[in-house]
Amino acid sequence: MILTLLISFLLLQAVMPGPDRVSDEIADQVGNDEEVGNDVEVGSEEDVNVSEIIFEHIGDEYEWHITEWKGKPIAIPLPCIVIDNGIHVFTAHHAAENGYAFNENGKLVNADTGKRPFDISITKNVLSLMMSSLLLLIVVLITARWYKKHDSLKEAPTGLANAMESLIKMVDEMALENIGEKDYRKYSPYLCMAFLWILLNNFMGIIPFFPGGANLTGNIAITLVLALFTFFTVNLTGSKHYYKEMLWNPDSPVFLRPIMAVIEVFSAIMKPVSLTVRLFANMLAGHIMILCMVCIIFIMAKYGPALSGGMTAVSVIFGVFLDALECLVAFVQAYVFTTLSSIYIGLARSH
Amino acid sequence: MNLVTPDAGLLFWMVVIFGIVFLLLWKFGFPIITSSLESRNKRIQKSLDDARDLEVKMQQWTADHARMLEEARKEQSAILREATDAKNRIVADAKVQAQEEADKILSKARTEIAAEKAAALADVRREVAVLGVQIAEKILRKELSDDDKRADFLDSMVEEVSRKTDSLS
Repeated sequence: MILTLLISFLLLQAVMPGPDRVSDEIADQVGNDEEVGNDVEVGSEEDVNVSEIIFEHIGDEYEWHITEWKGKPIAIPLPCIVIDNGIHVFTAHHAAENGYAFNENGKLVNADTGKRPFDISITKNVLSLMMSSLLLLIVVLITARWYKKHDSLKEAPTGLANAMESLIKMVDEMALENIGEKDYRKYSPYLCMAFLWILLNNFMGIIPFFPGGANLTGNIAITLVLALFTFFTVNLTGSKHYYKEMLWNPDSPVFLRPIMAVIEVFSAIMKPVSLTVRLFANMLAGHIMILCMVCIIFIMAKYGPALSGGMTAVSVIFGVFLDALECLVAFVQAYVFTTLSSIYIGLARSH
Repeated sequence: MNLVTPDAGLLFWMVVIFGIVFLLLWKFGFPIITSSLESRNKRIQKSLDDARDLEVKMQQWTADHARMLEEARKEQSAILREATDAKNRIVADAKVQAQEEADKILSKARTEIAAEKAAALADVRREVAVLGVQIAEKILRKELSDDDKRADFLDSMVEEVSRKTDSLS
């Protein structure tokens, strides 16, 4: 999956207009400086600014830009909320009047000091987060209502409850398998929540138009919080045996025990990091690949009908393939995150 | 580039919203669903176990049933055989008895016939004798109407008697 990310970044490099700050950071990330410098010239004369398009789609915004209609953007204005000597609420258009400007990353900064305030604006991602969380809440509560109102021993659930049941049952059984008969009931709700939330938001990300389209599970802040929830669940409810094995392992020779403890603690910290990056990188890579495919159509438009038609066909075919792949990845990543969380919890509950 | 730097605002909102939704669903959502799923699983497991037990019992019943049928069939054929034997014996006895009866009747009839025959023969003999005497009488009467012949007859009679007495002495 990391390989996919790398390939997609390289693809992105090929169509990127001019060397810019993006390239450097990506190059640092993938550890490949050579590739960046060579190919960037290609896109320098393009009318279509691919990197802008792509980073607009995968990034965050202070308004939800839906489409352009007769040259005018149609967008949902969202409230900016900043805490900086008191709470200030305004829309992005009125930032200057309130003493705020946008920095090079498009983030709000204090116009006087140039520093970032504590910015809890309802951005595109936050709105998407609210909507999908509300949707999940409603869906699960409706399902729970069904089980309250009906005797599940006597009748099979229908419709929504039936669909949710199979997912919840899958996670519940996974919890049983990885955590064990004794404790799994305590952890099953968290695992169900994480699985359904990630699955829902992965699919919302694949939907290309409002209310989907926000790149939520491909945002590192979101995946970091999810991984931290798992981290605290694992380490705040770990058994004595788990901590004893981690900090003073009785199975290893005494002189190795301090070294083992350092390694074990480091490994415990790396677990949420790997969870964070895995989900983030997979979903981000998928989005970038699909966007690249779509952008190829617009880039090729000026090279004449034959070339542009041919490339359009190719990119549509690849786009369909990648979308199908993304649907698979959406499920697999939600499953992997939940499985690993349950395994970590299971390890911490071992006796 | 801010792709890999987590945004504080988003972190804040994610913790708040995910936390609230999780708490709500922990309280009112998932446990209800998972507990009823669990009870249904148990129910299904129990039903399966019951079904397996029933199947074993059914097999036993079927075996018993088959054995009983087999026994009944044996008994039936034994009874049938006995009945056939009895019938044969009765028929044979009846035949013997009938034979005896027939023989008895036959012999009785034979003796009766013999007696009748003897009586009839005696009658016939008597009649013949009477007739013979009457004929003889008539012949004699005719013969003896002539004197010569009467004398000859008497002579022959005497001669015959004397011959008989000679032969006796």
